[in-house]
Amino acid sequence: MGNSELRSTKELPLAALPFKLSIEYKTGGWRALRPVIDYGKCVKCLTCLIYCPDMAISWDGEKVSINYDYCKGCGICAHECPVKAISMVPEGGSS
Amino acid sequence: MKNPRIPPEKQIKMTLNGDEAVAYAVKQSLVDVVAAYPITPQTIIVERFSEFVANGEVHTEFIPVESEHSALSAVVGAAAAGARAFTATASQGLALMWEILYIASALRLPIVLAIANRALSAPINIHCDHSDAMGARDAGWIQLFVENVQEAYDTTIQAFKIAEHPDVLLPVMVNLDGFFLSHTMEDILILPDEAVHEFLGGYRKVYRTYVDYLGKEVEIKLDPENPLTFGPLDLYDYYFEHKIPQIEAMAKAKDVVRKVNEEWYELCGRKYGDGVLDTYEVDDADVVVTVLGSSAGTVRYVAKKLRKKGHKVGVIRIRLFRPFPHDEVAELLKDVKAVGVMDRAISFGSYGPSYLEIATALYHLDRKRKKRPLLVNYVYGLGGRDLDPGLVENIFMELLKIAKEGEVKEPLRFVGVRM
Amino acid sequence: MGTPSPSDVLITFKHGEKVEIPLTLNPRELAKRKSILLPGHRLCAGCTVPTLVKLVGYALRGPTIVVTATGCLEVATTIFPYTSWAIPWIHVAFENAAAVASGIEAALKAMKKTGRLPYDRIDVIAFAGDGGTYDIGFQALSGMAERGHKVLYILYDNEAYMNTGIQRSGGTPAFAWTTTSPVGKVIPGKQQHKKPIADIMVAHRIPYVATATPAHWVDLIRKVRRALEIEGPTFIHALVSCNRGWRVDPSLSIEVLKRAVDTCYFPLWEYVKGEGYYLTDRSLAIARDPSLKQPIERFLELQGRFRHLLKPENRHLVKQLQEYVDAVWEDLLNRAVNAPR
Repeated sequence: MGNSELRSTKELPLAALPFKLSIEYKTGGWRALRPVIDYGKCVKCLTCLIYCPDMAISWDGEKVSINYDYCKGCGICAHECPVKAISMVPEGGSS
Repeated sequence: MKNPRIPPEKQIKMTLNGDEAVAYAVKQSLVDVVAAYPITPQTIIVERFSEFVANGEVHTEFIPVESEHSALSAVVGAAAAGARAFTATASQGLALMWEILYIASALRLPIVLAIANRALSAPINIHCDHSDAMGARDAGWIQLFVENVQEAYDTTIQAFKIAEHPDVLLPVMVNLDGFFLSHTMEDILILPDEAVHEFLGGYRKVYRTYVDYLGKEVEIKLDPENPLTFGPLDLYDYYFEHKIPQIEAMAKAKDVVRKVNEEWYELCGRKYGDGVLDTYEVDDADVVVTVLGSSAGTVRYVAKKLRKKGHKVGVIRIRLFRPFPHDEVAELLKDVKAVGVMDRAISFGSYGPSYLEIATALYHLDRKRKKRPLLVNYVYGLGGRDLDPGLVENIFMELLKIAKEGEVKEPLRFVGVRM
Repeated sequence: MGTPSPSDVLITFKHGEKVEIPLTLNPRELAKRKSILLPGHRLCAGCTVPTLVKLVGYALRGPTIVVTATGCLEVATTIFPYTSWAIPWIHVAFENAAAVASGIEAALKAMKKTGRLPYDRIDVIAFAGDGGTYDIGFQALSGMAERGHKVLYILYDNEAYMNTGIQRSGGTPAFAWTTTSPVGKVIPGKQQHKKPIADIMVAHRIPYVATATPAHWVDLIRKVRRALEIEGPTFIHALVSCNRGWRVDPSLSIEVLKRAVDTCYFPLWEYVKGEGYYLTDRSLAIARDPSLKQPIERFLELQGRFRHLLKPENRHLVKQLQEYVDAVWEDLLNRAVNAPR
């Protein structure tokens, strides 16, 4: 149920409206494999960003970054990268 | 009483049937969206309203949906978007809406639904009984039952005010007996448009609630300025907490119904008991009959006759069935010797719906009391079976006998059926 | 990276604000945009439904309300007390996304008419799965189309009732394994072909119908924007992969959709009323150069739900499926206005 304290009826919004955004729920804990970008190979096409199902890849104008708070390690980015700049390595192993 | 703001002379006399009266009330109530599917005996509501739309007499968007399930779904969507929304149905149509009824209540949408009460199939029957509305009594909707066409008009307008009240925010069913009211013409008094607009406070106002991720109180509606999520998934950690506010709102609804009844009285000089219960000669009664809907007229007519003959009989018409006024009914009946609870529906395997409520109410009478009323359930009128005064008189006379003898041999009886 | 604040991620339009979001297909520009779906949602790793939703969000033109039917998308993005939706959103039930959307559309019209809508317009988009569209939701969709509501209905088709555990739907392809069309000793998976839902919507004579996949993202974004600009009901049939139900390696979730199009199993087209069908993107390329068309095995071989078809004794079933796909493709080539003659 996440790590929040459970609220009582009086503390809840009406009409069962959710009161938190899922950005507080870090799905990064799901990973068995983590994507690692080789910036030497990356051509900044942003294909990985386009396909990422978890909005876990961003572009700051200079480089592509992975947000490991949310990345579930699906490997789509690694497979779709046209220059094979991303490798999937075991979570917890050396990166 | 002091003069109503709009005395009868300033009201407009119209000759309408129950369905037409409901349609007219909706016409005046600044309703934004009507989505409805025709079903006898509600069809005239939909037809008449379509005419108002075609003539440009209302600003309402009318959606001729392809089923009742979609009718209520569309109205839920409309209400969630902040609109005042209405639909109408009966019998199988209400049954088809069933899952959405619960959702509308949980989303706290002030939808008004007019039901021209009709028996549920099978066999298919287009005539009046209360099985349709009673089948939906657990869904979290306020349920009002009207006695005549004037009340159908009055109550439809009141329903919007009750539903939209900030203490309530629950959908309301306005029940009128199929054919007996829906298709029966009466001379009724209609208020001027502006009076209805003022009574309702103009267009629908949406209330607010605090949502943490927005950091403020926001209107409970689909609004691109304040994105909200309606209809989430609950696990076992929150569903129960989410049901409590509906329960609490139901409890508050009784007072709101009374208040609106009183406000209507001040506006046009008409009231229906205290809005919740409409009583006739109950104070000193030995025997009381309780009833819902148009049959109350017949029951009261017979009671008057019996009073003239010296029998101490009374009648309670239950106008507000959900939330059920247990305490009030118990208080009214506590010194009565015998009570006949008339139900135009049966819960198979149990009793009639209002009998179950009244028995519960009386059970909780002070334990120290030596006596509590004898209770008999009279199920009548299923599938539109007529209730003639002779049958009602039999009920009263039987109850008077039971009161004297001091016991009830069969608590569940059927009236007017060839066993 | 710390957790962003709500105002960083929510997409809001102030009342009275006139906003026209320009259409862009430039990834650098898209990368700057907020996503209508927030991370932290609990769709499976590698699910392509959130990719679809994100891409749809890139095509929005202004204030938008989203309706979603019961299903994977709805359930995994709104587990109380969390929501993953950065824009106004509603879920009511399984079979009524189109009806709810119709009601919202009507409400917005009524409020606009009476000067109570603080925007020029709010677009309404309904998302529903193959469950909520082909089967239980079809009636409401057909009614919405018939009545002409201005709603964009997007079917996210993962070819089975995935949220309840991979049961067959009207959108499940022939011979696919599902839990209610299992591959047994006597019956090798689903016996019926996929219901041609997009063609059925064309038959409703609505102004615009298209097929798309999140793998072909340029095509998808263009089609969504095109649909939003039309004043009437529009329908996009989006094929999305379900790595759980299709038994595909999650990393191949986009690849398998590319193969669906490359094999002509799922052709990409758009239908414009009054003009006809147009092939688009990869499918147009294949029409121009038939040597690009891949045999159906290229689609099947990635998926565990078709594993039984790769056995030698089931070769005739693969042949049946290939013939079916070819017949549908040929028919489409004959119909398409822009197919080479």
